[in-house]
Amino acid sequence: MKIHEHHARDIFKKYGLPVPEAEVANNPEEVKNIARGMTPPVVVKAQVLVGGRGKAGGVKIAENHDDAMDKSKDIFGLLIKGLRVEKVLVAEAVDIENEYYLGILLDRDKKKHCVIASTAGGVDIEQVAEETPELIGKTWVDPAYGLHPFEIRNMLFDAGFDPKLALKVTGILMKLYKVVIENDCSLAEINPLVQAKDGTLWAIDAKVNFDDSSLYRHPELKPLKESEETDPIEKEAHARGIAYVRLEDGNVGVIGNGAGLVMATMDEVKRFGKGIAKPANFLDIGGGAQADLVRSALELVTMDQNVKVILINVFGGITRCDEVAKGILQAIEEVDLKVPIIIRLAGTNEKEGRELLIYSGLEKYLDIKNAPYKVIESLEQAAPIILETIGVPAQ
Amino acid sequence: MSILIDENTKVMVQGITGREGSFHARQMIKYGTKVVAGVVPAKGGQKMDDILVYNTCEEAVNETGANASMILVPASMAADAALEALDAGCKVVVLITEGIPAQDMIEVYHRAKEEGAALIGPNCPGIISPGKCKIGILPQDIFSKGPVGVVSRSGTLTYEIADGLTKAGIGQSTVIGVGGDPIIGTSFSDVLEDFENDQDTKAVVLVGEIGGNDEQAAAEIIKNLRIPVIGFIGGRTAPPGKRMGHAGAIISGKGSTADAKVKALEDVGVPVCDTVAEITLKTKEMLGL
Repeated sequence: MKIHEHHARDIFKKYGLPVPEAEVANNPEEVKNIARGMTPPVVVKAQVLVGGRGKAGGVKIAENHDDAMDKSKDIFGLLIKGLRVEKVLVAEAVDIENEYYLGILLDRDKKKHCVIASTAGGVDIEQVAEETPELIGKTWVDPAYGLHPFEIRNMLFDAGFDPKLALKVTGILMKLYKVVIENDCSLAEINPLVQAKDGTLWAIDAKVNFDDSSLYRHPELKPLKESEETDPIEKEAHARGIAYVRLEDGNVGVIGNGAGLVMATMDEVKRFGKGIAKPANFLDIGGGAQADLVRSALELVTMDQNVKVILINVFGGITRCDEVAKGILQAIEEVDLKVPIIIRLAGTNEKEGRELLIYSGLEKYLDIKNAPYKVIESLEQAAPIILETIGVPAQ
Repeated sequence: MSILIDENTKVMVQGITGREGSFHARQMIKYGTKVVAGVVPAKGGQKMDDILVYNTCEEAVNETGANASMILVPASMAADAALEALDAGCKVVVLITEGIPAQDMIEVYHRAKEEGAALIGPNCPGIISPGKCKIGILPQDIFSKGPVGVVSRSGTLTYEIADGLTKAGIGQSTVIGVGGDPIIGTSFSDVLEDFENDQDTKAVVLVGEIGGNDEQAAAEIIKNLRIPVIGFIGGRTAPPGKRMGHAGAIISGKGSTADAKVKALEDVGVPVCDTVAEITLKTKEMLGL
């Protein structure tokens, strides 16, 4: 789960990290009132859950409160990577001498937390890692013993931090580590940490991601959750609790059980699609899906107007094929799907599921364009039917 | 032969009195797995069919000689259950539960390494050595005994592949679903050498997907192996930055794309199949059948 910068700042503040004075504004008038109480210049920053705000025109420096209000007018309503700016953060600008990068993340290869610091701050850290890896310091936390200041100090010395500065930064990283451990963060980042002309240090930007699986034990974080989905169908899927991802330019709806199988089915559609049939979405009904969920999944996939045909590929383990078949029949009866469904069922209760579909009387139309669905034996049989449905002449 | 589990493996089921726990324990017994005990704190002395339930893993191990555990308890208790099984001396711990906090899994992972135990999962279907033993929730009818080892990050895709192999008359030595989470106990790298050293395994099917670097780490090991490996990578059409169902299946850097993984495997001579059907054909070819 991602949260807005201003929420991350609040958490940082609670842990004693040096964040500059700032307040959230919902409209240009509020920006003006907040900026009036600050020592200019001030900075106005769009609050969106994606990176690259600066480049998109979402961060501006203003000379005074009137200027701040004017500049915020351009920021409100900006669309940054599909997300609309509804809030801005107004902060006192810091006179920057140097910029640094500090971050702690979960390293899935080493299965440990990794503490990262660099004297090349304020820029994309992945780019720094690629071009000048010597400017990046890393140390991994031993889960049995935790993180100790000497480990951070040594890492900072090696990464070229000035020794006196390193001592201060060590304190900051110890606090950041506490944020990570106590809140189950998958990532906590200060980019940049700024050294002002007077020598003071400030966390100018705050970024925190949480491990979704741990949210049950952090009820205080729940209200901070905001939809990251920019796509209306993905939003709807999220609300229904269905794992759905929409793809661009697709025309074949894909539904299956299990993430790996669904991905493999999408790949297969793209492969045989000859550039004409393309997967329109990822939809995983998960394990043990009941008829209702299958019905809901079909409804969701057809909300995408580009979908011309749906491919259902289920290999039943915990999931029972007859439940899937019931859901399909329910959807056909209750929802106007408008597009045909190609169905492949295998595994648990395969026979029962196929019989439900075959004896329903709905498959009697041999021409796929007029039939609500077609039951196939193997995925290979899907290719010609799908291509025919989309309108590719048979070779 | 097989790897990690065989006909001598004695399994305890943590959470055996739950709906899922009892259902899958019965399935495992039906398959011939030696399920020797159940563990549910404060339910000691009860029975699930003929299986005695103990309050603690330690008791279950001492009384029955259990050396493996299957864990089917809610996510908030699963890491604790795994630590208890490891502490009691279990050498194979299969963690089926989905949604365990990553931070808890860090502790469990390192504890398992320290104990020299094989931790499989979490968020996985389990492991089966056909004809000998099954620990997990895999549908058992689709597997058959034979020379192919299968290791996979996906559940249902594994079923699909095993089913294809079985229908083509190619059996399996051991099939492992390693799980779809970012922090998993057993990765490809951990079992490839076991397969190489297993006399009955003649080829390995490795089923990867987008996210992480496990396939690249596997490629480094495969370089030095004699056993033929057949690859498959799911998620070639997945868009970057979007989580594809599994918490671990997300493209978050150049190394975690399907293309990078396909290349890493092909560079060490692993044929990477385009379709599930092709896996069966390629395996047949590699086995000289």
